[in-house]
Amino acid sequence: MDKHLSVREQIQQNIARRKKRPFQMERMAPIVLFVAALISVLTTVGIVLSLVFDAALFFQQVPFKEFFGSTKLTPLSHTDPSFGILPLISGTLITSLIAMCVAIPIGLTSAIYLSEYASARVRKIVKPLMEVVAGIPTIVYGFFAYSFVTPLLTHLIPSLGAKNALSPGIVMGIMIIPLVTSLSEDAMSSVPNSMRQGALALGSTKLEMSFKVIIPAALSGIIASFVLAVSRAVGETMIVTIASGSSKNFTFDITQSMQTMTAYIVEFTSGDAGSGTVGYYSLYAVGLTLFVFTLLMNLAARYISRIFREGY
Amino acid sequence: MKSGHSQNILIRQTMDKAMKNLFLLATLFALLVLAILIYQVVTQGAGWLDWNFLTGKLSLNPDRAGILGVIVGTVLLMLVVGPVTMLLGVCTAIYLEEYAKKSKFHAFIQVNISNLAGVPSVIFGLLGLAVFSRGLNLGSSILAGGLTMSLLVLPIVVVASQEAIRAVPQFLREASFGMGATKWQTVRRVVLPAALPGILTGFILSLSRAIGETAPLVVLGIPVLIMPIPNSLMSDFTALPIQIYYWTLDTVLVQEYANLAAATIIVLLVVLFAMNSLAIFIRNKYQKRY
Amino acid sequence: MNHAVTERPQAALASEKSETENKPTVIQTKELNLWYGESQALYDINMDIQENEVTAIIGPSGCGKSTYIKTLNRLIELNDSVRTQGQIVYQGRDIFREYTVEELRTQVGMVFQKPNPLPKTIYENVVYGPRVHGIRKKQVLDEIVERSLRGAAIWDEVKDRLHKDAYGLSGGQQQRLCIARTLAFEPEVILMDEPTSALDPISTLKIEELIQQLKAQYTIVIVTHNLQQAARISDKTAFFLNGKLIEFDQTVKLFSNPNDKRTEDYVSGRFG
Repeated sequence: MDKHLSVREQIQQNIARRKKRPFQMERMAPIVLFVAALISVLTTVGIVLSLVFDAALFFQQVPFKEFFGSTKLTPLSHTDPSFGILPLISGTLITSLIAMCVAIPIGLTSAIYLSEYASARVRKIVKPLMEVVAGIPTIVYGFFAYSFVTPLLTHLIPSLGAKNALSPGIVMGIMIIPLVTSLSEDAMSSVPNSMRQGALALGSTKLEMSFKVIIPAALSGIIASFVLAVSRAVGETMIVTIASGSSKNFTFDITQSMQTMTAYIVEFTSGDAGSGTVGYYSLYAVGLTLFVFTLLMNLAARYISRIFREGY
Repeated sequence: MKSGHSQNILIRQTMDKAMKNLFLLATLFALLVLAILIYQVVTQGAGWLDWNFLTGKLSLNPDRAGILGVIVGTVLLMLVVGPVTMLLGVCTAIYLEEYAKKSKFHAFIQVNISNLAGVPSVIFGLLGLAVFSRGLNLGSSILAGGLTMSLLVLPIVVVASQEAIRAVPQFLREASFGMGATKWQTVRRVVLPAALPGILTGFILSLSRAIGETAPLVVLGIPVLIMPIPNSLMSDFTALPIQIYYWTLDTVLVQEYANLAAATIIVLLVVLFAMNSLAIFIRNKYQKRY
Repeated sequence: MNHAVTERPQAALASEKSETENKPTVIQTKELNLWYGESQALYDINMDIQENEVTAIIGPSGCGKSTYIKTLNRLIELNDSVRTQGQIVYQGRDIFREYTVEELRTQVGMVFQKPNPLPKTIYENVVYGPRVHGIRKKQVLDEIVERSLRGAAIWDEVKDRLHKDAYGLSGGQQQRLCIARTLAFEPEVILMDEPTSALDPISTLKIEELIQQLKAQYTIVIVTHNLQQAARISDKTAFFLNGKLIEFDQTVKLFSNPNDKRTEDYVSGRFG
C-alpha cells in the first residue's frame, strides 16, 4: 500500500509508471492547441476562398470593364441588368470622406488636449467615456442618424432627402472619433518628455510645442490612426444602410441617397436574390473588392506605425 | 524692440489659451453627442418599455408587440458564441504564448489574427453564408449565426487572453517547473488560474461585441417574420440588433415602430452596460500585484 | 590574510577533511560548456559535488554561477537559445541524455533568489509537488505538509493558517515556505540560487541555520554573492570567474590559503 513507501519512493514509482505510459494530456495538448490556433488561419483562408470563388463565377458573366468602369448599377432589372460598381465605390468614398471630416479634426484635437493639456483626473474620466462612445453598437448609431440627425439637418438644409449621405457620414465620423483620439494620443504620449521640456524651455507655448514638436514626432502613429479610421468607415454597414439608403445613382450630391458597398451586400442578402443568380454572385464580387480595400489599408496602417516605432 | 516682443508673447499666449479651450470643446463634443443620443433614445423609447413589452411576442401591431422571442434568440445565440469563442480563443492564446516557438509560423498566426480583427463584419456574413449557411446547410439558424459571430469576435478573446497569459510572471512558471511539473501541468495549474481574470474580461468584451452586431446576421438571411419563440439551436430566430434594424426600416410604414426600436435599444444598452461593468469589476478586483 | 572570514579551529579543519574524503559524489560535472545562442557562458566546468555537504559557488556578477546551478536541474533550458556540451552525471546517468526533466527535478529541487510562492494557499503550495507527481490521498498530503513545514522551521508560525494565501507571509517566511515545498517531494539535492539576498538579516540567519540542519539529510548547493555567508555555512566552495571554474576546494582552505591569485583577490575584496 502507499503508506509503506516513503514519499520519495512513491513519486519515483509514479514517474517510472508514467515513463511507460506517458500522460495523455501532455501529448495531446500541443496538438489540440495547435489545431485551435489553425482555425484563425482557416478563417482567413475561408474568407478569401469563398470571396474569390463566387466572385469568379460572377466575372464569368460580367466583364471586368463593366464592373469597374460602368456607373450603371441595376442588378434587379429583368430586361437589362447592369453591374457597374462605381456608384457603390463613390457612395463608400463620399460617406467615408464626410466621416473623416468629422473624425480627424475632432479626434486629433482631442488627442492633443488629452495628451498635452489635460490633468490625470480629466483623462481618467474622459478616456473611459470615449470607450463607451466607441462601444455603442452601430445599429444604435444608425437609428440615431435616421431618426434624429436627418430631421435635424433637414431644418438646416430643406432639400435634404430622407435618405442622404450627409447624416450617416457625420454620425460615422462621431463614432470613429475615439479611434483617432486613442491611437493618436498613444502616439503622442510615446514622445519622450525631454522633447517637451526642451521646447518649453526655449519659450514655446504649449500650442506651439504641440504642433511644432509633438505632432511631427508622433506623425507616423497619427497617420496610421487616420488610415485605420478610413478603413473603419469604409467597412461600416448599418449606419449607412439605414440612413443612406439604396439609391444606385452615381452622384456626388451628399443631400441625396447613395449606396455603399456594404449596404449593397446587406440589401441583397435580405432581399430576394436567389442563389445561383448573377445578382447573388455580384455580392461576392463587391465583397471581394471591399475586403481587398480594407486589407490594404490595414496593412498600410501597420506598416506606417512600424516606421513610428523604429523612430525611437 | 521690447514692446513688440512682449506684444508678440501676449498674442501667442492668448492663442494658446483660446486653442486650449477649443481643444477641450472638441474633446467634449463626442461625449456631448453621446449624451444627446441617450436622451433621444430614452425619450422615444422609455414610454413603450414595460413588462408586457419584455415578455410579449412579436406582433405587427405596435401596441401588442413584445420582444421575448428576440431576447431568447439573443440568449441562445450567445450560448453558441460563448463556448465556441472561449475554447478556440483561449486555446489559440495558450498555443501562441506557451507552446509555439517564436518562429515565422508564430508570427504568421499572429498577423492573421490582427488582420481578422480589421475585416468588416459584412465579410464575415458572406463567409458564414457560404460556409455555414449553405455549405453545412445550417440555413439561417442560431447555429449558423452563432458560428459566424464566433469567428468575428475570436480576435478579441485571443488578444485579451494572450495579454493575460503574458502578464503571468515568469518566476511562477519557474517555481512550477522547478518542482518537476510538466508543461501542461504548469499551464493548467499555475498559468491559467493566474490569467483567468484577464481571460474572463476578454470573454465578456467579446460577448458584448457579439450582442450588438447586426450586419453578419442580416447577410445570413435572418428573416423578419413574426415567428414563434426559438426553442433549439437549429431554429430560426431573431436577435436584439436585428429587431432594432427592421423596426427602424419600417418606421416609414408605421410611425410607432420607431418607439419600439428605441425601447429595444434601451434594453440592448442596459445589457451592454451591465456586461461591461462586470468586466471592469472583474479586472479591478482580481488584478494581482506580484 | 582575510580577517573578515570566520575562523575555524585547525582541529575541525582536519576532521572535516577526512570526513569529506569518505563521502560519495552525488553530481559529477565533466567538461561542461554552455552557450546562449552564439555567446559562450560556461567553459569546461569540471566539478564533483559530494553527498550531505553544503557546496557554495561564489564569484562576481556575470561569472556564470547562476547559469551553472540552473544547469544542474536543467531549468536553464527554459531559455530556448541555450546549448550545452559535456556531461553532468547524477546517480550514474547523464542528466541531459538519460533523464526526463521532470524526473531530474523531483530529485534535484531548487529555491530561488526572490521568494516565489505560487498564488495559492500555504497548504496548496506545499502539496503542489507531490500532487503533480500523483500523490492524492488527503491523509498522506496532510502528513507531508506538516513534515515539510517543520523541516523548514516554519510550522509553528503557519500551522493555524494553512489555508490562507501564501502572499500574506513576510519575505523570510515565504522563502522558508519555498524551502518547505521543495522538501515536500523529498529530493536528494537542493539547489539554492542566492536564497537570502532579498531577505533581512534575521531571516537570513534563520535560513542559514536551516541549511546547516538540512545538510544531514540533503546535499545542498548554494550560489551566493555574500562571501561571509559562504565561509559561514559551506563545506566546499567553488570560485567562478568569467564562466570558468577557477578554484574548487574546502571552504576553509579557499578562504584562508587559496591556490590561485584571482581567488585570493576576490575573497579579500580586491574586486567583485
